Parts: sequence; C-alpha cells; structure tokens
Amino acid sequence: MSTAREEILRRVRRATRDVPEGERPEDVAVERGYRKEDDAPREEVVARFAERVAEYKAEVRRVKEADLPEAIGENLKERAIERLIVPPGLPEEWLPGGVEVLRDDEERRLTNEELDRSDGALTGCSLGIAQTGTIVLDAGEAQGRRALTLLPDYHLCVVREDQVVGLVPEAFARLEETVKGEGRAVTFISGPSATSDIELNRVEGVHGPRTLEVLISG
Amino acid sequence: MTLQRSPDAFSADAGKTPTFEQSAKVSLADTQLRRNLGKATQTIRAKRAAAVEEMPDWERLREAGRALKERVTRHLDEYLLRLEESVTRAGGHVHWARDAEESNRIIAGIAKAHDAEEVVKVKSIATDETKLNEYLEGEGITAHETDLAELIIQLAGETSSHILVPAIHKNRAEIRELFKEKLGARGLSDDPSDLTNAARLYLREKFLKAKVGISGANFAVAETGTVCVVESEGNGRMCTTLPPVLVTLMGIEKVIPAWRDYEVFMQLLPRSSTAERMNPYTSFWTGVSRESGDGPNEFHLVLLDNGRTGVLADERGRQALSCIRCSACLNVCPVYERTGGHAYNSVYPGPIGAILTPQLVGIGKPGPDSLPYASSLCGACYEVCPVKINIPEVLIHLRGRVTRHKQDGGGLKGRLDPENAAMKTMARVFSDRKLYEGAQKAARVGQWPLARDGAIGRLPGRLAGWTESRDLKAIPKQTFREWWKARNGSPENGSA
Ligand code: SF4
Repeated sequence: MSTAREEILRRVRRATRDVPEGERPEDVAVERGYRKEDDAPREEVVARFAERVAEYKAEVRRVKEADLPEAIGENLKERAIERLIVPPGLPEEWLPGGVEVLRDDEERRLTNEELDRSDGALTGCSLGIAQTGTIVLDAGEAQGRRALTLLPDYHLCVVREDQVVGLVPEAFARLEETVKGEGRAVTFISGPSATSDIELNRVEGVHGPRTLEVLISG
Repeated sequence: MTLQRSPDAFSADAGKTPTFEQSAKVSLADTQLRRNLGKATQTIRAKRAAAVEEMPDWERLREAGRALKERVTRHLDEYLLRLEESVTRAGGHVHWARDAEESNRIIAGIAKAHDAEEVVKVKSIATDETKLNEYLEGEGITAHETDLAELIIQLAGETSSHILVPAIHKNRAEIRELFKEKLGARGLSDDPSDLTNAARLYLREKFLKAKVGISGANFAVAETGTVCVVESEGNGRMCTTLPPVLVTLMGIEKVIPAWRDYEVFMQLLPRSSTAERMNPYTSFWTGVSRESGDGPNEFHLVLLDNGRTGVLADERGRQALSCIRCSACLNVCPVYERTGGHAYNSVYPGPIGAILTPQLVGIGKPGPDSLPYASSLCGACYEVCPVKINIPEVLIHLRGRVTRHKQDGGGLKGRLDPENAAMKTMARVFSDRKLYEGAQKAARVGQWPLARDGAIGRLPGRLAGWTESRDLKAIPKQTFREWWKARNGSPENGSA
C-alpha cells in the first residue's frame, strides 16, 4: 500500500499530464510589471507613513531622536503604564524612571501570565511601510519574542525614520535575509486589532493590544 | 432559526444535499438575512473599489498573481516537495492527507499525543471542509473557535454564511442573547464594543491554557517553508504563538514559489477582502524557533488533497485552485446578495463556491451539480477577482460537464445535444476577454427588440446558440464596471 505522500504526488502528476515533459516552473512566465520602489523624496515617504498609521486609529507622533526618552515617558505616563515589558536589546536610555521594568531575556523568560498581567510593552521595530501604514516586527533587536507585543493591552513602538520604506515590495526585499538566514518569525501590524464581525461595525481591539502608539524618531 | 445544519457538499451524505434552488427559497424568505446581507455587501463593495482605485499598478499585480498561481498549479508536485523539504529543514513536521478522514485522524493524533482535551482554533475553511471540530468532539477533544464570528456561529450551532464575515446574517441583538445564554455574560448591552469585550475575556483564558493551537494557512512558501496567516482580530497571532504545539492544515494549492512572492499576494489580498491597505495582523513563521523561545516548540503542517487533485485534472476548471479566498466575488455577486451563503450548502459559497464545490466533491451529486447554475453570468466576479479567475468561463464549462454527466457520461448523444453545443460556444466566448466584451456589447446594443419580460429571447451573433435553449437574463444596460463608476462618482483617493 502506498503512503499518502506517494499517492498525492502521483495524483498531482496524473492531473497535470497536459503540462509538457520538459517544462520547468520558471518557464511559466510571470510578468512583474508592478511598482517595486517608491521614488518619492524621503520626507514624503516618512510623512505618508505617519499619516497612514494614524488612519488605523493608532496614535502617532514624530519626535527628534534626542527627545525620544522624554516622549516615551510622556506616552507611558498618560496611559498610566506601571509594569512595562521590555525586550532584549532595547536602548537603556529609552527607559523612563518610575515604571517597573519587566525584562524578557534568555536566562529568564517572562511567563505568559506575567505578560498578561503587565500594563504594556515598549519595543523598536524592523521596518515601517509607508504605503500601507504597517509596522513590521521580526523578533530581532529591541523587539523580542512575539508574545511580548501580543498579550499586553498596550504597545508603544518606536520607528526610526531610516527604517521606513515606501512600498510593500521594498519591505519583503529587506526581510528576505532574516527569513532565509535565521528563519525568525515576522509579524505585520497595521493598527490595533479590529473586527467588523458584528453588523460590520469596526471595533478596535479584540485580542491583541487594544491601544497601539507609535513614535517616529529622526 | 430556519438555517440549521442540513447535509452539505462535504458531508458523508452529500448526495442528499438540497439543490441551490431549494435552499435559496428558504433564504429569500428571511427578510432579516436579506437586509443584513444587502447592507454588508454594499458597504464592502464601495470600500473595496476605493482601496483598489488607489493602486496605479493594480492590473499588473493581478496579472502577476494570476501567473504565479498558474506556475504553481502546473508544477504542483515539485513545489510541494520543496515545501516539505523547507519546513522539515526549519524544524517542522509535514504530513500528507488524501482526504478529510485522514487529515482529521492526523490532527486528532497530535492533540492526543499531547493529552490535549481542548484546542484553540483560528478560522480555517479547510478545517470546516474536513469537519474537524465534529471529528475532534467524537474523540473527546473540544475545539474552541476564536474568531469572533466563528465563535458566534459555534455557540449558535450554525454554519458560516460568508467566507470573510461568517456571521453576516446575525444582528447585534441576536448576538447579545447568545452571549448571555452561552457565555453567562451578564449586564451586557448590544453595543458591538461591549460584545467584543465579552468575547475577549472569555477567549483570553482559553488561549493561555491551550496546549495545542490549530490554524489554516493563507500561503506557504516552497523556497523557505514560511507559512502565513492573514487576519484582523489577533486570535491568529494568539493561536500560532502561545500554545506549545501548532498544527496548520492547508490545501495543497496554497503553496507559492518564493518568499518574494508575498509582495504580490500581500498587496492583492487585503484590499480585495477587507478593503484595507493592509489587514491589522499578518503572522509569518518558518518552522520553529526553539532557541529564542519564540512561539511553539513543535510545528506540524498537514497538506490536504480532499478532491483538489480532481480539480487539477480539469484543464479549464483548475484555475479555481488559484483562489486566495478574498471573498470579493461574493460581495459583487447579485445572486449571492439575495440568497446569502447558506443556499450554496457548502463551506465555499458565492461564485467561487459555485465552481469549486462541484469540482471538489465530483460531478454527479444533485446539490453541488446545481451550483454552476446559480449565476446570471454577469461577469462581475471575474472583474474583481485579484488573481483573475475566469469564473463565468468555468461556470459554463461545468454546466457542460453536468449535462454531459447526465447524458451517459459524455457519449455521442451528449455531444449532439443542442444545449451542449450552446455551452461550448458560450465557454469559448467567456474564455476570451475580447470576445466576451464584444459579445456583451453586441448583445447590449441589439438587445432592446429581443428582450421580453426582462429575459432575452434570442441573441444576435455569437450568443445566438446559447439562447436557443436557455432563457438569458437581460444584460444590464451598463456593464458592472460602468454601473459602479456611475453610481459612486469618481474615486476620491490619490495615488499611493
Ligand atoms: S475567486 Fe477570486 S474573487 Fe473569489 S474569493 Fe477567490 S480570489 Fe477572491
């Protein structure tokens, strides 16, 4: 008796008998005539990113790099964040006084319950996509494991201006190495979670953080 | 409720599935359902059009999406083997399932090996197709649906009526009553954000406790083994990140060649489905990341056939396998708008369901066989489809197959049948974009003297063969696209 694998492959081959013997996958032409890069000036790209993130009902502020620690402090204070989740590699100077810092590191990983009971998470990111107002996390420096930005009810994300790309294809190009090399998980975040399942009324915040705030520094 | 479970196209007794006409009568009598559906599809249609207008390269993206899918279908064996190798290299396990039964057995086996009495699930039409929840229940395992709409439907003991908004037929008052009764949520208002919060609290506990998460997949990359789930609510992130064991069920047609190909599909899918520039959350994972403790430490990918190789064998029908389940074709379909999803008696409703269901389960069952007729062939589905599936062409092709099947399996008699000849002409017209548009225009221009009672008695030119044996609905004075533009004024969005 053949295995499921063998049988499915045999069925596939039988079903595609019309495909000529010598045809290679690459022989099936794929016309990639779509836009690959945004040629707008940098400032325009960053401004568009800020605008589109804000359209998802995320709060966005642009700040000078030197003012970042102060801005972070303001945001956390306004949201009354007391227990703050911090991923490995987050710049120390970003951390304001007066909050309890819960660090997730290799020696001591926070439990899901600890993450659930915290007030929020502060992270950097891998990329921002202006075209769609998307923040990309790749579990790298200053981002940490996926659960860190999932269980807390609040996420404050810092995006450096030079991390913002124009179009979606630029983002996938930049992420290629991370995925192929280390196989790290990638998460696209476009606004706080939402549902339109009840009479198509959009409700922000179902399971992920209900509040997403973004600081763009440059 | 009139919309309780009856056998559907994927049930063991699929032969007893009612026909589209029989079921549509029930739906058409339900005015609440029609009101909800009308409101919903209109809203989504208008939003989608705006999201697409914003993209100057939309047609080029569609073409790339279509071509990539064609490449995969023609070389599916090779891509499946590459995917298997990549996932295995990244620390995952790959399983192959010939049919629903085999797939269910594999998944239940994994859950049992981890002593899981409960599992959390993120919406997956493939698991609806295989009726995984029922199977797990029989094995003593409770599957918790975690999408808000799926939860609503599960609590109500019903089936989904829309790929994307499965609870489209339920209003907020009905949902409040349901949550009060089943979740014991007291003092609940019918404000959608209150109802959503009740679900958040109820499900959070399930996510934290679950040992096994189950998901579907939107895409899986052969080159890297990277699987992806596109979602809105965050339950997909929960299910694919928190439980130590993750099982993903995907149809074999969901494989795409390379990582970079996401740049095409992640532009096409969100705008076509929820009419957003990007959906709130998308998770991409490549096997397991044990060292960093990120996500599950065990990952199983189940590759499901269950009739897909049968679809693949039909050269004209196989394009149905390109579907990325965006549901745009449902939202523009005048038939779907009136009957809703339940009339299709399948987990795949609407225009795509009408071509996918009968092919997946095989021609020869009265219920599914009736689906290719559930269309006025207006062509709106083809116009919106982000991967350019020519649904009208396949509908007509399948009508031909159904007819031939009835007439002793396509013998001489079948070929001589005038209806078959008409269908062949029609199929040819629909398979060629120019011919189709030309014929449509010819029909429109010359339509007036021929139309009687809203139906066209006889058509000029190429369509003549068709109307000799079938009454054709009057072709609208404008095409769908023209009508849409006129109705909505010019698009207000600038370029991206
Ligand atoms: S057939 Fe096309 S439009 Fe319909 S759900 Fe599939 S991809 Fe979307």
